[in-house]
Amino acid sequence: MDYFLIYLTLAAYYVAAALWLAFFLVQRQNYCRLGAAFMTAGFAGHTVALLWRTLRLGMLPAVALGETLLVFAWALAAAFLFLYWRFPIKVLGALVAPVAALLVSASLILPAGQGAVSPMLQSLSLACHVILAILGNAALTMAGLGGVFYLLQEREIKGKRFGFFYRRLPSLDQLDALNYWCLTLGFPLLTAGIISGSLYAQSHLGTFWRWDVKEVLTLTAWLIYAVLLHERLAVGWRGRRAAWLAISGLAALVITFVGANLWLESYHSFASFMKQP
Amino acid sequence: MNLVLVGVNHKTAPVELREKLGCLFPEIGDAYRLLKSLPAVQEVLFYTTCNRVEVLCVSEAYDEAVGELREFLSRHPDLAPEVLDRCLYVWQDLEAVQHFFRVAASLDALVVGEPQILGQIKAAYRQAVEHRATGAILNRLLHKTFAVAKKVRTETGIGDHAVSVSYAAVSLGRKIFGDYRGKTVLMIGAGEMAELALEHLKGQGVARIVVANRTLERGLKLAQRFHGEAVSLEELETQLLGADIIISSTGSPHYLLTCEQVKSAMRRRKQRPLFLIDIAVPRDLDPKINDLDNVYLYNIDDLKLVVEHNRQKRREEAVKAERLIQAEALKFMDWLASLAVYPTIIALREKAERICQAELKKTLSHLGNVSPEQRQALEVLLQSTTQKLLHDPIMFLKRNHDRKRAHLELDLVRRLFNLNSETSDT
Repeated sequence: MDYFLIYLTLAAYYVAAALWLAFFLVQRQNYCRLGAAFMTAGFAGHTVALLWRTLRLGMLPAVALGETLLVFAWALAAAFLFLYWRFPIKVLGALVAPVAALLVSASLILPAGQGAVSPMLQSLSLACHVILAILGNAALTMAGLGGVFYLLQEREIKGKRFGFFYRRLPSLDQLDALNYWCLTLGFPLLTAGIISGSLYAQSHLGTFWRWDVKEVLTLTAWLIYAVLLHERLAVGWRGRRAAWLAISGLAALVITFVGANLWLESYHSFASFMKQP
Repeated sequence: MNLVLVGVNHKTAPVELREKLGCLFPEIGDAYRLLKSLPAVQEVLFYTTCNRVEVLCVSEAYDEAVGELREFLSRHPDLAPEVLDRCLYVWQDLEAVQHFFRVAASLDALVVGEPQILGQIKAAYRQAVEHRATGAILNRLLHKTFAVAKKVRTETGIGDHAVSVSYAAVSLGRKIFGDYRGKTVLMIGAGEMAELALEHLKGQGVARIVVANRTLERGLKLAQRFHGEAVSLEELETQLLGADIIISSTGSPHYLLTCEQVKSAMRRRKQRPLFLIDIAVPRDLDPKINDLDNVYLYNIDDLKLVVEHNRQKRREEAVKAERLIQAEALKFMDWLASLAVYPTIIALREKAERICQAELKKTLSHLGNVSPEQRQALEVLLQSTTQKLLHDPIMFLKRNHDRKRAHLELDLVRRLFNLNSETSDT
């Protein structure tokens, strides 16, 4: 049942992606509205599928890489729809919808987790850690994607050559505000994710912080965002610098997500989740 | 059934002639009274815009209609008919439809893509409807025209590109700030070009206007006009902190603002974006300012380049629009041609009905007593036989899409069923 729903979700995301890309190219408002509708429908299916699977397994399905990508795609769609509702930057859909569709596809292609799952992972408080961290990552991903748009648009305006993007992208002010919004949304979530994880580690492993690869990389990303937030509030950093920092933060997050799993000794890697402790 | 379009525009006639024609009828009611009294004109639309005076009409007799409309336009006492004839263009049917679409979609305008023309045609159509000058064909044509103009606007980028310097500046600012609400404009100098830009910006809803001028008196005058405040040039650096958009157009021989001044101001402004427009020659603002983060400087040449680029873009988009219009005009002519078959279909049905009634009467008188059921059965028999018999010829008429042969086929059907001698009224 949950697989069926996920395929429906995937189809909805692909349709939304196609509509949004079409909107980006020909700038027809209808496409964008339809794209949002498909995205919302896909998100609803996605939510039900995840809930279903969680109930079936008795735990949050975020143990194997594929499963985690599915949860991340959900968080990305959630963050996007939330922003779209509060802060309509329409073209962002042209990036987010394809990314969400590809993430869901990847989650279906990648092998599902096999073997026994360590009982340490089957707790509610750990699920909180995972959900908070993933939602934070999703919001910060949006900041990074917005940063890409900002740099593209800024280059055209500064360089006084108006090409493909000038007409299609929103104003610099809006893109910069998107950066700020996503940061104020994502940074507390990421922080809460780190804190909840460390509290959980204290109660189960007896130590708050183990200098694990994933922990170190996450801390790096967190520091990047902390600097960005501080400079934004204190000195008024914005525009290009803010966009670049958001993009480097996103790069750090991606490295964290992928890198920690290549590093097999890490107790945060997906491979280690399957082994009995 | 013919469509005829007669008129003059900015390409064919000098402005004096257009002016004369434009004020030919100060009261539009008079024009329509006259037009409706013309014998060859069935439906008519009369419209004048700043660049054209045109009459569009539906007529059965093309040549007469053209003559009457020409006479209508040459009623002005100071206008020699031969002068008018030299400027006048006459379009028929497909060409008339195409021309009308092009006018409404602003392809025939002085500045291609200006949006006002559609509004003027809509207003003219409203007047024509009020004076009951239009009928089925022009109503359909006009509604089609509005749809085509909208399609051209949405499907091609013909209206997307700003083609005047001050408008280009305003639309650039919109890509930086999103909108102008709550923004402050600092005007340095009080030139004519600056005023134009201010007028544009005022329409966009800027919150505050500050005018800095060498002579405070002139600055005050301009500031009053736009409900702003006037400051002296010495205060420039302080004003830099509050402004979002700066337009400079003084006659100063050296830079009024240097890169360092703006740089230090940006730090104190907490990097709020600053959009500077330098329309002065020689330049007032140090071109290096553009290298600063969150600062965007455009000088007059940059803006002119934008405008030239946009003009080029519009011309490219116009080609797309022309193609769209041609297709739509052909579709409309198809519809017009399909109108021609209806009188024939009606005549065909009437003829069949007449024969049926006559034959039924004859048969009934032979049969003597028949029950109502039997009579009804006979009627149904006759009706379904003729209907089935006529079905194919009618379909033959309706399915016709070949414009060139339509006329021949219609004629063939009429001769085949001998409709011409019987129905002289169609």
